Amino acid sequence: MAKLHIRKSNHALNRSLGGDIGINTVLLIFGAFMFLPMLYTILQSLKPLDELWQFPPRFFVRSPTLNNFKTLFNLMSTSWVPFSRYIFNTAFVSVLGTFGNVMLSSAAAYSLAKMKFPGKEVLFQIVVYSLMFHTTVTAITNFFTMSVLHMIDTYWARIIPACATSMGLYLMKQFMETSVPTTVLESARLDGASEMRVFWQIAMPMVKPAWLTLIVFCFKDLWNSGASIYIYTEQYKSFNYAIQQIVTGGISRQGAGAASTVIMMLVPILVFVITQSNIIETMSTSGMKD
Amino acid sequence: MSQKTEAVKRPVSRKDMTKWQWTWKEMKANKTGYFLLAPFYIIFFIFTVLPVILSILFSLTDFNMLEMPHIIWFDNYIRLFLDDDIFLLSVKNTLVFAAITGPGSYLLSLILAWFINELPSKIRALMTLIFYAPSISGNIYLVWTYIFSADSHGFLNGTLINLGLITTPIAWLKDTDYIMPIVIIVALWTSLGTSFLTFIAGFQVVDRSLYEAAAVDGVKNRWQELWYITLPYMRPQMLFGAVMAITQSFGFGAVITGLVGFPSPEYCAHTIMHHLEDYGNTRFEMGYASTIAVVLFFLMIGSNMLVRKILGKVGK
Repeated sequence: MAKLHIRKSNHALNRSLGGDIGINTVLLIFGAFMFLPMLYTILQSLKPLDELWQFPPRFFVRSPTLNNFKTLFNLMSTSWVPFSRYIFNTAFVSVLGTFGNVMLSSAAAYSLAKMKFPGKEVLFQIVVYSLMFHTTVTAITNFFTMSVLHMIDTYWARIIPACATSMGLYLMKQFMETSVPTTVLESARLDGASEMRVFWQIAMPMVKPAWLTLIVFCFKDLWNSGASIYIYTEQYKSFNYAIQQIVTGGISRQGAGAASTVIMMLVPILVFVITQSNIIETMSTSGMKD
Repeated sequence: MSQKTEAVKRPVSRKDMTKWQWTWKEMKANKTGYFLLAPFYIIFFIFTVLPVILSILFSLTDFNMLEMPHIIWFDNYIRLFLDDDIFLLSVKNTLVFAAITGPGSYLLSLILAWFINELPSKIRALMTLIFYAPSISGNIYLVWTYIFSADSHGFLNGTLINLGLITTPIAWLKDTDYIMPIVIIVALWTSLGTSFLTFIAGFQVVDRSLYEAAAVDGVKNRWQELWYITLPYMRPQMLFGAVMAITQSFGFGAVITGLVGFPSPEYCAHTIMHHLEDYGNTRFEMGYASTIAVVLFFLMIGSNMLVRKILGKVGK
């Protein structure tokens, strides 16, 4: 298995003090640019009403309160469709879509990376090309396809397309190619294991970092997805959509708005923190050949 | 004919068969391979490949989801490029926007990942999180609407008034002079995503012994090290990162809408993506929307091809 070279000490080769100072200054400036707005969101969510409308506006909070979160939950409980329904919708779609994507992508990736048969090069190249265009291109025509398949206004409209993402297959295939030694698979095949068993019991445990990465990427996309053009019925809409509706309800809801953003961002950030080293390991094999 | 079937039956080598027979035999022998990739590729073809083909076909018709479509050949394209002023404006905006956010995000990701790689590993993990967080935090970009809020309670206006730099609040997100720069800054802020992570990982897997060898060979500073060793070594990651950055630079429609609304004031931040949504989702002019999608598709593929050519020259 390809191991990461984690550097133990800062190697001093070809490093100048001036360069170090320069690098740290740049990191500090850009770090502040990236981090301060995030921090500002969190601080806004903790500000009482009078501090939100104070002049001149202050960056930091003086007397932090959880009132904004309370307001948000109160607003949630007054919604026409119970809020638990929106949470269920997002959870259902995210879990099923992520599970499907990991399963289907891994199976296809194993087949492309570790088996030999005619046509596999072409099939993979199509996926590589599809990485080059954004899904906005396909969204409108998919509306037509989905209405033909009677998928409009069902959970499936969001789950099924999420089950086969080009990114999922690409990352899985690249990682399998470098991290699963063919000799191990060969000896398992010689011992009489079926191809399905080799895939499921030998290859899959070896590519744990890759499917963890895929889970994070896929879950984050589905979790963050708001209004979908394929869903009309209120009962099928996502948590993110519902929360947006609440907070855009009026300018006085700025505090509740910040609170909702904090809730929405906590989940993907936590998931990333837990899996960071696995993700980095996976991304190291993501390179593309000329 | 009978000779051919015989050829398949007896123990055969590749020489005994035609190309097609060999292929067919190989396909039958690897049924499991196709079986494993079938579920993925069926969905992938229906929702990713088919739409591209359908878009090209629909773009030659006046399809509107209600009536029977008629073939009108290139009328949609003619209307798009000759009669639709807002489309031409959106092309200009898209190109300006993508030409800045694409390379901008790419260089920023690469340089920051390089700098972060110089840090000790604990701090490196923290810095990676700080830079990556805005790109995964859903609609976090809406925080910029508080910062650029049009009244004196907005953070920027309030601060500037307090410092005496301006006397009346500026409507940042409604003023056509400011909108484009602001949406570009915010897009860059959320853009350190997949390509950034790829570079972070790429820098970590460079073979350390190469640096020592290079020092012996006369590489004198970290810039030379980067140009002559690291970047050529990371070429595959750089290519993948470029694809991600370009694709992403055409996908900021939601960020723009979130900040300045849809349509944007005087269409000054109206991109092809918005135009597509307008005709596809709102007006259901499927044929015309498909024409826009086709143009956008070739624009994306074209810029990817161009960048691949340029990146092929790194370190050479």
